[in-house]
Amino acid sequence: MNIAVTGLNATDNPGPGVPVIRSLKEAKEINGKIIGLAYDPLEPGLYVENLTDKCYQIPYPSSGLENLFNRISKINEIEKIDLLIPTLDSELYGFVKLQDKLREIGIKTFLPTLEQLNIRGKDKLFDFCKENDIKVPKNILVTSAQELSKIPNQFSYPVVIKGIFYEAYIANNLDEALSAFNKLSYKWGFPIIVQEYIKGDEFNVVALGDGRGTTVGAVAMRKLYITDKGKGWSGITIDDPNIISVSRKVIKKTKWRSGMELEFIKDSKTNEYYLLEINPRFPAWVYLAPAAGQNLPYALVKLANGEHVQPFDSFEIGKIFVRCAWDLITDIKFLEKITVKGEN
Amino acid sequence: MLNISIPKNLAVSDSGFLFLTSTGETFTLNEIGHFIFKQFQQNGTLEDVKKKVVQEYDVDPASLEKDLDDFIGQLKAYNLVETK
Repeated sequence: MNIAVTGLNATDNPGPGVPVIRSLKEAKEINGKIIGLAYDPLEPGLYVENLTDKCYQIPYPSSGLENLFNRISKINEIEKIDLLIPTLDSELYGFVKLQDKLREIGIKTFLPTLEQLNIRGKDKLFDFCKENDIKVPKNILVTSAQELSKIPNQFSYPVVIKGIFYEAYIANNLDEALSAFNKLSYKWGFPIIVQEYIKGDEFNVVALGDGRGTTVGAVAMRKLYITDKGKGWSGITIDDPNIISVSRKVIKKTKWRSGMELEFIKDSKTNEYYLLEINPRFPAWVYLAPAAGQNLPYALVKLANGEHVQPFDSFEIGKIFVRCAWDLITDIKFLEKITVKGEN
Repeated sequence: MLNISIPKNLAVSDSGFLFLTSTGETFTLNEIGHFIFKQFQQNGTLEDVKKKVVQEYDVDPASLEKDLDDFIGQLKAYNLVETK
């Protein structure tokens, strides 16, 4: 089968496309082509040898879903795509809306519903966790700078000021909170999330839900090295039944259909875990999952094909990923081809 | 009598490299620390451990008492041993 994957932006804020493809290539059962879909001619995944069989540039969903669909239809006429795996948060809403039209032209997807996407939104997660007895940092949603004065009534500084889609700053006082509010609202809009700051270590889980409430697999990891953008640059699989159990609960309650990443923080004072975020796609460190014995991207392919997948019940503890900045050398002709023809 | 044991979630390699499987934390023991830790792995009492250290190393009992207290305190702080 021919599988198209997006998110080849393996930069210092890496998309999950490259590790998803590497995971699929580990599965010997997959025959057919891997087609890389990139939004930018300089997405590094385009330049990795033996990663994709063919690459195409596609328009951003923000330029209109019709444009995106038309481009994918054209690509499909050439490549006969069986399955499309979008891997970026920002494109998911668009692909969820397009999934019926994609199915009509023979392209399967395995995506969460719009309702599921909304439940785990940064502005909704608090309510979901409270309803389901999952520990979550206290938060308030603010839409004006004046509302920041409420902070001391809710919790004490420092606090975390988060954008509705991306980015977060730690603010130690009202001045810093205002500065973060202005930056984030200008960039990402409203509301702004003001969250209780919990000091502790970060833990993550990559998981896959089958859409009926079953967790097909889940692998827990602790970040060993974190970049200044907050990205894990190395990590190790760990044996922590608590966060796996919370992840299973989230999948059961939401009937999650797709890959996901759950981000936790362990309070250094109380040793309690708090769920910070749910990302509605595989993380950029997903290649650690097959390395630890759970090839979750391949399991997603089987689910998308309607096959029965036996849930994984264990994974190898102590597997480590270390990300590497590695310069790829190419020729101007390659850049020319992907820029002018939109394919390579 | 104080008994010291190793928690189940701690993997100990032959080289004295410790890995807490529940948190992903890793630690390295020096030669003497590793020797002492191996005695803990045999579930001996603290008195047994002291005797073995005195047999193996040139150390006076008073210094050993103090250093061993400090060492156990550090191990406990990092959840690397359990005492009862």
